[in-house]
Amino acid sequence: MNGKKNIVYPYIPNSVPEVRQAMLEVLGFKSEEDIYKEIPERLRFKGKMDIPEPILSEARLERHVTNILRKNKNCKSNISFLGGGCWNHYIPAVCNTIGSRDEILTSYVGEAFTDHGKFQMLFESESMLGDLTGFEASTTPTYDWAMAIAIASRMASRTVGRKQVLVSQATSPQRKLINANYCKAVDENNIEVVEVKFDFKNMCLDLDDLRSKISEKTSLVYFENPNYLGFIETQAPEIVKIAHEKGALVCVGVDPISLGVLEAPGAYDADYAVGELQPLGIPMQAGGGLGGFICTRDEEKFIAEYPSLLFGVLPSVKEGQYGFGQVAFERTSYASREKGKDFIGTCAALHGMIAAVYMALMGPGGFKELGETIMQRVAYGKKQLSKIKGIKIFEGYNFKEFVVNFDETGKTVAQINKELLSKNIFGGIDVSKDFPELGNSAVYAITEMLTKEDIDELAAALKEIC
Amino acid sequence: MNKPYLRTDFHEARWDEPMIYEYSTPGTRGILIPETEKAIVDAVGDVAASLPESIRRKSSLELPEVDQKHVLAHYLRLTQETMGSNISNDISEGTCTMKYNPRLCEQLVMHDDFAYVHPEQDAETMQGILEIFYKFEQIMKEVSGMDRFTFQPGGGNHAVYCAASVMRAYHESRGDTKRDTAITTIFSHPCDAAAPHTAGYKIITLFPDQNGIPDYEALKKAVEKTGDHLAGIFMTNPEDIGIYNPNIDKFVELVHSVGGLCYYDQANANAFLGVVRAREAGVDMCHFNVHKTFGTPHGGEGPANGAFGCREFLTKFLPKPTIEFDGSKYYLDCDRPYSFGKVRSYFGTAGVILRAYSWAMMHGAEGLKTVANVSVLNNNYLEKLLLSIKGLSRCFNDNGIVRQEQVRYTWEQLKNDTGVGTDEVNKRAGDYGIPWYWASHHPWVIPEPMTLEPCESYSKADLEEYYLSLKAVAEEAYTNPELVLTAPHKQAGYNLLDPAELDNPDSWAMTWKAFKRKHGDKYVKVK
Repeated sequence: MNGKKNIVYPYIPNSVPEVRQAMLEVLGFKSEEDIYKEIPERLRFKGKMDIPEPILSEARLERHVTNILRKNKNCKSNISFLGGGCWNHYIPAVCNTIGSRDEILTSYVGEAFTDHGKFQMLFESESMLGDLTGFEASTTPTYDWAMAIAIASRMASRTVGRKQVLVSQATSPQRKLINANYCKAVDENNIEVVEVKFDFKNMCLDLDDLRSKISEKTSLVYFENPNYLGFIETQAPEIVKIAHEKGALVCVGVDPISLGVLEAPGAYDADYAVGELQPLGIPMQAGGGLGGFICTRDEEKFIAEYPSLLFGVLPSVKEGQYGFGQVAFERTSYASREKGKDFIGTCAALHGMIAAVYMALMGPGGFKELGETIMQRVAYGKKQLSKIKGIKIFEGYNFKEFVVNFDETGKTVAQINKELLSKNIFGGIDVSKDFPELGNSAVYAITEMLTKEDIDELAAALKEIC
Repeated sequence: MNKPYLRTDFHEARWDEPMIYEYSTPGTRGILIPETEKAIVDAVGDVAASLPESIRRKSSLELPEVDQKHVLAHYLRLTQETMGSNISNDISEGTCTMKYNPRLCEQLVMHDDFAYVHPEQDAETMQGILEIFYKFEQIMKEVSGMDRFTFQPGGGNHAVYCAASVMRAYHESRGDTKRDTAITTIFSHPCDAAAPHTAGYKIITLFPDQNGIPDYEALKKAVEKTGDHLAGIFMTNPEDIGIYNPNIDKFVELVHSVGGLCYYDQANANAFLGVVRAREAGVDMCHFNVHKTFGTPHGGEGPANGAFGCREFLTKFLPKPTIEFDGSKYYLDCDRPYSFGKVRSYFGTAGVILRAYSWAMMHGAEGLKTVANVSVLNNNYLEKLLLSIKGLSRCFNDNGIVRQEQVRYTWEQLKNDTGVGTDEVNKRAGDYGIPWYWASHHPWVIPEPMTLEPCESYSKADLEEYYLSLKAVAEEAYTNPELVLTAPHKQAGYNLLDPAELDNPDSWAMTWKAFKRKHGDKYVKVK
């Protein structure tokens, strides 16, 4: 060992030299090279990886990493108005407790014998998402909301045998980009993505544009409610009607937090509801906390097209007891490779389990009150900000987000956000480039985490800046 | 030295736990919401009540109403009915590398300066996490020899889809639109066929030669057949059966000769850290399952990360944003005109990357090599023990090739002798505290398969306990097959009365509401 002391790694039990030697002897090997001999010399890596020297002790490693993390600023010590698909909601301590339990945190693909609990948690998660969205079927989590839209786009195309998705303009640019890539195919399964204009006067989908674009070629109409800009789509039932008249399906992107006050998409006859799990008790983690969901009616034509795992419950051999299993597994690529529906693999199951805990804690009363207080805080924010000279608020029905226009301040959103940052405020997302129709504007999000004082502080800061 | 121990009196927790809905009492609360301040109410009134009828929630919200203590207890019980790798001898998950997930990393991800960071904050306020992404990218470049990485894909299959998207963008950028076919191998993960197929490619699947190695002659035929219609190849190495393909560079050369790209699925990379790299194999792109090789928890199937790497000539097609460093500041580069777009919102599963960076930093180059060495040693030690079990063998048993980090075994003999196959062994092994093992991806080319991967986290005694447990089950199969055929006996879950009903739309149920509608109240525990 070149005279160097052997390192015994706490995470590698058999790095103890005597143990290693005893095992090699049993195998009749001199070293691990007797195993690697199967790899031709020409393919072997001959050098030493140029990576930093290790920090072997946990004590020093913790210090090293936390010193790096301290270069971040966070939404707890600052006042944040950022939203758009990832939000700073309260995370109940119970969610953190369950989400960090080693039993589920370090579980994987076990079936529902040794992993019965994991199956029940995800089944309950699917059930409660179904309650929120008004559907009786739901999938285990997708990567994120965007991927849920993308999957629904392809599912709908197969269900109705058409290849065109109409997407509302007022959808998050990232989500549009991800959906567009997923709809693309070099073969005959390519799905055309067409944008439907947003009516920036009335702050809702432009129904005339929808009527002019929808046809017998359309497989799916996708819109968000509330949308990326924060506006509630009050014409939702009418959009569904227009789409259904043409034989197209409808997918509604929802913020699950809104569904205590906003109608469930299933109740106005939409065919799919998709959205983001992160607000349901999952830390933002710089975007690492995402997970998507898809809910549909419990009809074979929908279920047969899911690419993802569907956890189902059925009677078991034990009288009075149920057990869990994978519904219609053959449709997945795990079972059928390229003949399955799209592809599937590890996504965001833990976040689905944490979301179950959150929904169970909240209950109907929690969701209703949370929705109500958010809308009140947003209305208050709009009111306070609209009093500031140079600032204009685009009126409409808003849930958690609203658009603030700075055209008359003579400053760009970027400049204003920099100045806000110096006052420990994270201003809203700059949408000037993505939505030029709104001019020099930002989308501000207000959750239950912000108090009246926080909103007043923003107003005071903007008054000073603008 | 620590001695093995067979858990003959094991019993997993079984709480006879009802559904959360069955704890519901109307009016009960699990958590309270901050009240709206009076000044706000006075200023704006009841805003939700002013919503138009068309969109105000009128349908009932049938969520359970449960107090906090009972929500906590319910989910604690369900966690106890799950067998994570940190509490068990999880050699079981071949191809999945279930290693120890350090608790320290779980503390790090809960840090306020990480957990409460919004991904659209000004880059100036995210220097810490961007630094970690950047530095982990430098480590991954060394581990693989690739020129750039993105950590946007949320899992291995997502990385394969990212590869298919890069491949498509590359060929399109050259005006080469006739390429419509991709090649994979049967022992590569199913996503190596399914993800490029989702991108629109026709799939040709190669089968192994008599030694279990992807058949070079079959590749030659496929390449001849496709010619300049070949977009590329997607292959794992070593494949899921644990045999290293020594011809990998010849495969690459052949695919390159007709203008195709080569993708290396390195989901099974744990045993090759510092031993072999994608660069030396000559491939153009690769990915690592960070949640496997780099010590981060699997979360019951995510969140995960498929770290995607490629050579310089493909970097312009990477999903945006990339994370850059100008010498003093880290920043997100969204201005990438050739990028194919995105596969996931924002810039990656940051919790996985933070843990993985921490894990890699605790090992360094020498530690990573130790990880690899101990993994292959553990695998061969376990294999020697297991192959002494009556009824058990391994695929391509007589090829004389030393297996690397995992082995695909077969219970074919046991099945022929006793009627007990791999599914039944699997269910009975759980009665000894062994987590559900990975049989094989479909189709089962190897009969009655079992794939095990004893990575570096398991002690000699763990390997021996695993062997004793499977030996005990095999012996039971010969002496008391009924005991095995009726398993599980001491686990949280039960066999389904009729598993075929999972395919029956009149029976299947993905929500509690659907279950009660289809099966009545017979199975409601709380009457």
